[in-house]
Amino acid sequence: MTIDWTHFTPGLSLLGGVLIGAASALFVLANGRIAGISGILGGLLRPRTGDLMWRVAFLAGLIVAPLALLPFVPPVIATIDAGTEVLIVAGLLVGVGTRYGAGCTSGHGVCGLSRLSPRSLVATLAFMGAGMAAVFVMRHLLA
Amino acid sequence: MKKHIDTLSAFLVGLIFGIGLIFGGMTDPAKVVGFLDIAGNWDPSLAFVMGGAILVGVVAFRFARQRTSSFIGGAMHLPTSSDIDRRLVIGSLLFGVGWGMAGFCPGPALTSLGTGNPKAVIFVLAMVAGMALFEFADRFWHQPRRAGAM
Repeated sequence: MTIDWTHFTPGLSLLGGVLIGAASALFVLANGRIAGISGILGGLLRPRTGDLMWRVAFLAGLIVAPLALLPFVPPVIATIDAGTEVLIVAGLLVGVGTRYGAGCTSGHGVCGLSRLSPRSLVATLAFMGAGMAAVFVMRHLLA
Repeated sequence: MKKHIDTLSAFLVGLIFGIGLIFGGMTDPAKVVGFLDIAGNWDPSLAFVMGGAILVGVVAFRFARQRTSSFIGGAMHLPTSSDIDRRLVIGSLLFGVGWGMAGFCPGPALTSLGTGNPKAVIFVLAMVAGMALFEFADRFWHQPRRAGAM
């Protein structure tokens, strides 16, 4: 292992993390809810009365975030190495997996670890380990 | 009125969360894969994203635990499950494999929709299809058990 110093952005990433933490803090204190994105999105597929608007509003905020930054930061369209087939398989796995495991990087990784939940710690170790294994196979075994 | 404030607050939370994801580098799949690639040229940045978020989160959730209602005046919807079961582990493993393959997890994928990235659109459509597949399977498998409980 070597450290990729050219791409390492500790300051910006820490700032981003603090903003994510602040958003999660606001959500649990003001709205009384967990900022778990797979749960908020997946819950739309299980409609209940009075449960729709906050989900749509949260997701809308998430999607317009790059537009809100347009006046200050030049837009960046990320280059994505994965081809269409890989993206489809990956998307299906993320969709099924986050719902079956009841959470993703935000719900288990940020909110769950912040609540000191052993359940979320197990989930986070599992998806991080699996993510590292998948990258190892794709980058170092198949490539 | 309370409902409108709830909706507005949820929008602001989503917006701040999304801006955090962009600053943190989470919306750049190459950076995410760089973090997961511990055997290669490792970029530890995303550990700082998680660390920063949890630093703030720990304080907020400690405070939230003592409250019986939200600031807006609604109920506290905090998770009640503490089960470490097969669903949790298998689901998280499947999610991790998909995360590593594409470099996208749900939040950053949605935020990337706002940049008009066509590859993010493909990923999000597949992810929603996966969630719908789960809903269908979950209902199908749990139907007999629910009926039996009656």
